[in-house]
Amino acid sequence: MLYSKKVMEYFQNTKNYGKLEDADGIGKVGNPRCGDVMWIYIKVKDNKIIDAKYETFGCVAAIATSSMAIDMIKGKNIDEALRLTNKAVAEALDGLPPEKLHCSLLAEKGIKAAIEDYKSKK
Amino acid sequence: MNLKYYFDYNSTTPTDPRVVKEIIPYFGTKFFNPSSFYRKAGEISIDIENSRERVAKLLNAEPNEIFFTSGGTESNNLAIFGITLKLKEKGNHIITSKIEHSAVLNTCKYLSKKGFEVTYLPVDKYGLVNPDDLKKEIKDTTILVTIMHANNEIGTIQPVKELSEIAHKRGILFHTDAVQSAGKMKVDVKELDIDMLSISSHKIYGPKGMGVLFKKKRVKINPMIFGGAHEKGLRAGTENVPGIIGIGKAAELAILEMDENEKRLKPIRDKIEKGIIETIPDVIINGNTDKRLYNTLNVSIRYIEGESILAFLDNQGFALSSGSACSSKSLEPSHVLLALGLKHEEAHGSLRISLGKYNKKEDADKLLEVLPPIVEKLRSMSPFWKKK
Repeated sequence: MLYSKKVMEYFQNTKNYGKLEDADGIGKVGNPRCGDVMWIYIKVKDNKIIDAKYETFGCVAAIATSSMAIDMIKGKNIDEALRLTNKAVAEALDGLPPEKLHCSLLAEKGIKAAIEDYKSKK
Repeated sequence: MNLKYYFDYNSTTPTDPRVVKEIIPYFGTKFFNPSSFYRKAGEISIDIENSRERVAKLLNAEPNEIFFTSGGTESNNLAIFGITLKLKEKGNHIITSKIEHSAVLNTCKYLSKKGFEVTYLPVDKYGLVNPDDLKKEIKDTTILVTIMHANNEIGTIQPVKELSEIAHKRGILFHTDAVQSAGKMKVDVKELDIDMLSISSHKIYGPKGMGVLFKKKRVKINPMIFGGAHEKGLRAGTENVPGIIGIGKAAELAILEMDENEKRLKPIRDKIEKGIIETIPDVIINGNTDKRLYNTLNVSIRYIEGESILAFLDNQGFALSSGSACSSKSLEPSHVLLALGLKHEEAHGSLRISLGKYNKKEDADKLLEVLPPIVEKLRSMSPFWKKK
């Protein structure tokens, strides 16, 4: 299997991972049966995502998309973050192998779930 | 980073330079079609027969029981289709195991859509088939039992002698996929009392695209590929002469080097196993540690996924395999590991280390040096890992 250089770069030098202790919203998506589980943590202030982190059990694509998606929502306001699509995440990584596209969908779902969780707690 | 440490010999092996050397003339001065009339072509037929003898010797078979094919997959297909087509008037039941290679499993699956009935024997948590289960499942309509010799993922070695005995007592033919055991350990078709057996060239330091089906003389099967009268009509097509010469040489070398490989590689494998257990918490050793190929180690590293481990290792020049879904292009993890009773996430987190004759002692040290920090990093990213 060959990944784009960008995917490998995001995978190998991934930042943004770990638990965010004082998170305002947590999105837990995926299924260990399928080999991908993603937890997205967000910290929100004045409707803006001021910090975000992820914890992912999964393959190279799952980790790279988690990392990229976090980069793409940090500093954005909630509405902008909700508009993030899996396609945009995959494109930002210079594409994913077809059988890995579901990983980018997981990142989109994770972010949406984290925002929903934040909204429900407000 | 260049690939420096190869731990994937169960997947494929490099062709031994002595094999390559012996093959080369057959691309040049000895290019003739062995079926042609002139003497130069006839000489090639003699070389092919010499190669057949060498392979026969590896299996303690007779040369006329050796049939050249395009690989282990074709041999398995030929054995299973060949016998079921031949005996379909007699019965329609096939018995196999849950942990076979896909070349056997998918052939059986196909046949089950075509009116055959297939029983997949379970294995215990170490990957062993219970002979009593075979006894119970045999019925009047059973025409073939096909159970692999050694498993490619976990290395577990089945009691094939006992299994073939059970089949024979009921007058049923026994085939075994010996792709992983042949060349690594003694495989004696007479002692094991096997009717048909598959081997592959590229697993024993021969060229790819080459395999052998051993078939006892009295066992009659139907061909699958039709054409000329090659291989006594069992497998048509102009002979892959370089491949045939190659598997013959590879078989000869395997006979000479098998014991030495075992003596040298087993301690390296054991060292890696011990090192992993000692340096990485929460691991599961998969397979039967007594009845196991001496070159194979399968370990599940809990809370992380295999492909990610492989990617970090690849980046540092290490080549390994995993039973995770992600490394196989399907969504399900290894059917072998699931058959042992592992949870999906444990199967996703598996690593297979398979050694071969070019591995050195130092390779083990290098792997044990790089693996623990990779595991630690991936666990620090995992939602399932709680630091203890």
